[in-house]
Amino acid sequence: MSAPAPAVESPDVADTDRVALEVADLTVDLRTPSGTVRAVDHVSFTARRGETLALLGESGCGKSMTAQALVGLLEPIADITDGSVRLGDVDLVTAKARTRRTLAATELAIVFQDALTALNPVYTVGKQLAEPFRIHRGLSSKEARREAVSLMERVGIPEPESRVDSYPHQFSGGMRQRLLIAMAVALSPTVLLADEPTTALDVTVQAQIMSLLRDLRTEHDMAVILITHDLALVAEEADRVAIMYAGNVVETGPVAEVFSSPQHPYTKGLLDSVPVHAVRGEDLKSIGGTPPDLHSIPSGCVYQARCPLARDLCRTTRPPLADVATPGRRSACHFPEEISHV
Amino acid sequence: MSIDNAPRLDGAGDLYPGPDETPAVAAPVGETVPAPKPSRSKAPLWRLLLRDRMATVAAAILVFVFLVAVFGPWLVGDAATDQNLDQSNLAPFHVANGWMNILGTDPLGRSMLARLIVACRTTLLVALPAVALSCIIGSLVGMWAGYHRGWRETTAMRVADVIMSFPSLLMAVVVLYVFSPSAANIVLVLAITRIPIYLRTARAESAELQSRLFVDAARTFGARSGAVIRRHVFPILLPTLLTVATLDFCYVMLAESSLSFLGIGIQPPDISWGLMVSQGRTYLQTAWWLSFFPGLAIVITTVSATVLAAWARIATDPAQRWRLTVPRSRRSRLFPTRKVVS
Amino acid sequence: MFAFLRRRVYTSLVPLLVVLFGVFLLARLTGDPTNLYLPVSATPDQRAEFAAENGLDKPVLSQMVDYLSGVAHLDFGESLRTGESAATMALRAFPATLQLAFFTMLLAIIGAIVIGCWAAYRPNSLADRISSLLSMTAASIPDFWFAITGVWIFAVVLGVLPTSGTGSALSWILPIATLLIRPLGVLTQVVRGAMVSALSAPYVRLARSKGAGDLRVVTHHALRNAAAPALTVAGDLTVGLVNGAVVVEAIFGWPGIGKLMIDAILQRDFAVLQAAVLLTAVSIFVLNILIDAGYALLDARVREKSKV
Repeated sequence: MSAPAPAVESPDVADTDRVALEVADLTVDLRTPSGTVRAVDHVSFTARRGETLALLGESGCGKSMTAQALVGLLEPIADITDGSVRLGDVDLVTAKARTRRTLAATELAIVFQDALTALNPVYTVGKQLAEPFRIHRGLSSKEARREAVSLMERVGIPEPESRVDSYPHQFSGGMRQRLLIAMAVALSPTVLLADEPTTALDVTVQAQIMSLLRDLRTEHDMAVILITHDLALVAEEADRVAIMYAGNVVETGPVAEVFSSPQHPYTKGLLDSVPVHAVRGEDLKSIGGTPPDLHSIPSGCVYQARCPLARDLCRTTRPPLADVATPGRRSACHFPEEISHV
Repeated sequence: MSIDNAPRLDGAGDLYPGPDETPAVAAPVGETVPAPKPSRSKAPLWRLLLRDRMATVAAAILVFVFLVAVFGPWLVGDAATDQNLDQSNLAPFHVANGWMNILGTDPLGRSMLARLIVACRTTLLVALPAVALSCIIGSLVGMWAGYHRGWRETTAMRVADVIMSFPSLLMAVVVLYVFSPSAANIVLVLAITRIPIYLRTARAESAELQSRLFVDAARTFGARSGAVIRRHVFPILLPTLLTVATLDFCYVMLAESSLSFLGIGIQPPDISWGLMVSQGRTYLQTAWWLSFFPGLAIVITTVSATVLAAWARIATDPAQRWRLTVPRSRRSRLFPTRKVVS
Repeated sequence: MFAFLRRRVYTSLVPLLVVLFGVFLLARLTGDPTNLYLPVSATPDQRAEFAAENGLDKPVLSQMVDYLSGVAHLDFGESLRTGESAATMALRAFPATLQLAFFTMLLAIIGAIVIGCWAAYRPNSLADRISSLLSMTAASIPDFWFAITGVWIFAVVLGVLPTSGTGSALSWILPIATLLIRPLGVLTQVVRGAMVSALSAPYVRLARSKGAGDLRVVTHHALRNAAAPALTVAGDLTVGLVNGAVVVEAIFGWPGIGKLMIDAILQRDFAVLQAAVLLTAVSIFVLNILIDAGYALLDARVREKSKV
């Protein structure tokens, strides 16, 4: 990991008008053959304009499902059973489908992980890029096509005039991802979700894509929510982070502060496992144990089985995501002040 | 037979990533072993069948038809051939005529019920061998062709194309014209026209599997191609083959019935359901049951086979099996609100 | 596009040639061909005369040359029954079958798309299960039985439709309905299956995230992708329509090529049978080309593949 990004001034009550998306107690249950599973458990976070919030966690922690819940694209076996998602004046959880549709792409957009399957193989790229314009702005196909070309140019696709009539399978992976990003920012949304945008790409292309996202964020003054499992990426690109574990948010705060002084045992464990800090000759550190089976989550703290600080209180009472001593930071732990002693 | 029961040998089976296991993702820094998955519902196939009422009924009907074909003629004795002109063309559902004549009698006073039962045996005696023959030959050639690729594959596919490009009924008609109809000829002709179905399925599956890692692994152990096909390709192919065969059974039954109806299939004094329909045609106004019941028998059998095949297609595909086990939403069944597109 | 079509024509030519030679081989190498052409009651003298006339006493190779040149000139011999040129009879009967097939497939495709899309839209609902059961039943009903029952109910009992012939517009209803049942059943299931797959594909989620409404998602995004597998099946079904036409025309006395074939069989008129079979083969050949062209139009990836 390189040097952490410059610390963002801890947001205070003052800039609530910069708040673009507010998620409170979002809960998603899955109906499985062996019973109901809680994949996302009362998750709360806030995304602000001009800022990148990272949802960080390992595979299976519920971050992707949270993203799907936000844009209303959950699988049929998943239901939102609690919580609210406030985008401006609208609560997306209770809003009608028609309302959600008007907000899609105009206020809330998502960039998917796998660009090849996300693009419709039978239509040209131009037609697909033009689609948001035709749906929401009622542009004619000629006008929309012109917008598509300028979009392609903006995201750095060479020779857009000629490539606008190409098909998705004729582009490279990095180009396809740029196309997805272009489609997402077409109508200048307030909130942009990026679900593992660089996982399938080479490192060099990764850097280009992230730089593009950064520029677009400034240009459109968007709130970017970055979903990833990559600590390094979070350190480089994000301003704030919400760390997820087994469907719960366990810690939030500005990236630099969280990474330099974590307030949750899981975060500390993650950071300690980074090989950069390892000493030659010593064993690499890792977090003992495995994430819990979602079918049988223990009562109390969800991290208790692997936590060096665990005690009776942790087994009986679930710690709420509460403010800690430093303002602007929250942690779901009963004993955050003891973290530094671990 | 399901893939769960397929024999696994040499550890090569462990290299085969089943469709419902997620491929190992490069673990992010700080993570240990991924969580143990919740135990897959290892419901045996027959239990899965019982959950679907329609498929269970279909299976029961088919078993009944099979039993009738095997034991029926022995039970009814001569009732199918005893002519009794006093009882000619009796209407069905008049118990006064005796239980044997519950479905009426034909112009020669023979019991419809008895004739239906004997015809059942003839019909199955043509359909089942034809399906078995085409299945065995088609799948053997297909597996061999798909595994070896190259000219073997191309030739096999071209031959299959040629056979398929011509309507089977037409082929049967022409061939039976030249060679005169007999049960054996009909079986042969029908078998030949259906071989391409199995050939294509087997080839496609075999070609796809031969490029997979576990086959290479088996080869490095020095396994001969025949052994590899037998041990690895065949068990995976079998469920698909059985599904196709069930559906094909319908088609062959209908084909034989059509041929017999047209007068170039089963010849009198033998009877099949198709032939009975044809014989009853002239009596449509006076004795409707002569054509109706044999036709009904065909419909019931073929519909059951189709339903069962549709169920089997889902049940034997591990990637799709979940559809049969997911509990239904508690909401109204008549107008479920969950659409696929939402 | 044209290169693609050219390639397809060449590969489709093979089955046609096989049929051509197959008919020849069947006729000549399976015993005395005069048995095929002449009625069973013909005397040995008649047979000898017939053989000499038609060059059947020449060596096989020259017979083949005769045969091929005959085919090239559309000369398949004369009908035993009417003495007319077999080719003329076949060509005259063909349009009737073509009309039947065309309307049937048109109705089947439209019906399958409407019902299939509607069922796929709400999968596993009661409506979907009912339509699934109905379409599965439809795909399994023997056409001859359906025809007979139809005739009995509507023509004999109710008397609203004619029993046979091509007289009025009403006389189209039963034949088309009979021919339609199986393709409609099969195609509906295929469309439904393909649509369910397409509707759960990632690009549909992307379209939804852009704000596309249900109608647009179904008709614009999903249908285009579901069309390809449906088209393949539709093509196979059209080939199978020939089977159905044989039965339907026999029952309803429809003067098409199927009836011609059955009559030729029952009257041992091999020349006519031969002409009819070959004409059918050619039309299937043309049909397959058209279907592949449609396939290529739908999906750009198909156009680019060199091996089809």
